[in-house]
Amino acid sequence: MKLPALNTAIKDLSEVDRREFFKAGGAVATVALTSGVTLMAFGGEASAKADAGKRWGLLIDVNKCKSDCNACVTACSDENGWEDTGNPETDAQWIRKVDLTHKQTGREVSLPMMCQHCEDAPCIDVCPTGASFKRADGIVLVDKHACIGCRYCMMACPFKARSFVHEPIENQKTHAPRGNGTVESCTLCVHRVDKGGQPACVEACGKTGNGAMMFGDLNDPASEIAVALKQYSSIGLRDDLRLNPGVRYNNL
Amino acid sequence: MKRLFASFLILIGLMGMASAGEIKSSLAPVVPKAAGEAHPEGNEFMRINHMKLMVHDRDDTVLLGDRNVKYSLKECVACHAVMGPDARPVSVKSDQHFCRTCHEFAAVKIDCFQCHNSLPDADLVKKLTMLPQKDRELAAYLKEVTE
Repeated sequence: MKLPALNTAIKDLSEVDRREFFKAGGAVATVALTSGVTLMAFGGEASAKADAGKRWGLLIDVNKCKSDCNACVTACSDENGWEDTGNPETDAQWIRKVDLTHKQTGREVSLPMMCQHCEDAPCIDVCPTGASFKRADGIVLVDKHACIGCRYCMMACPFKARSFVHEPIENQKTHAPRGNGTVESCTLCVHRVDKGGQPACVEACGKTGNGAMMFGDLNDPASEIAVALKQYSSIGLRDDLRLNPGVRYNNL
Repeated sequence: MKRLFASFLILIGLMGMASAGEIKSSLAPVVPKAAGEAHPEGNEFMRINHMKLMVHDRDDTVLLGDRNVKYSLKECVACHAVMGPDARPVSVKSDQHFCRTCHEFAAVKIDCFQCHNSLPDADLVKKLTMLPQKDRELAAYLKEVTE
């Protein structure tokens, strides 16, 4: 990438017109950004921001997921401070268990469903305010500061992974703010991921001994998840829509 | 016209006095003290600019994933927690809450706590209720001297 040269002709700011001033500012910002990238490339201090080189994802082995187990859902509920009130029409839908039966063969499977963190997410396409967005590392989120609660994204999502908060909420978790009049969904436990951790559901699934869920960087060929994806067949849900979800399923 | 001009002069004079002697309205809020160290920018700066700093850093956190921001609501709430009669931090429901004391006086409605918790994290409360570093040193010194 060619760096724009710093404008050394600028002597006195009062002589510079507005346009020149912003051009100069842009050049400085680019240099600072590039030095940060260079640092990372040489294995220096890790960037504090979401890494554009990564794509976080999940691999769920449906054969290991037990129909009577709900550990991932309760873990998510505890972690993010939402709870079922017994009204499925209005309840939060961060994660839920889905049982499927193949009509011809009768094979029964159970799997967790949550935001699939699509590469080409329909929720982002339809959002009128830009509140639905994808972070540099592939996590799809709702910026509730910009969300006006129109719920277009809920309509657009083929996985019914989003829900609307219908009533005022109190005593939220400080790491998972959520409030009346906004749409919410699985955040892939972004607060944990930013600290180098893994989502609460994956951790809980591992603790039950089932180990059906795997979390990792899909872009890193050496990561456990990438190795598993290379070795075994897996599908993204509704692959016909070409959304390239970050959540993939084995043995479905 | 002369009378109007005179009253105008008096008004200007009064305003000058107010700024010189810092005559405050009797309704001016008593701002509760924070637990941590003072902002290096100074209280006056923070009173005028805190919302800009917070909006800037909230966008960095939410959109870019930067968790090492300087101004986060979580830390504001923790450091500025006001303890109620039960020695627990009060929520925004109480008019003792730090944010409310000023915002009610200024008649500025804030939406932060529709989504964010107005109470600090439990582990932060523990830290807050502990003696500050200097006080602990002083206590240790006093113990040493009196023994």
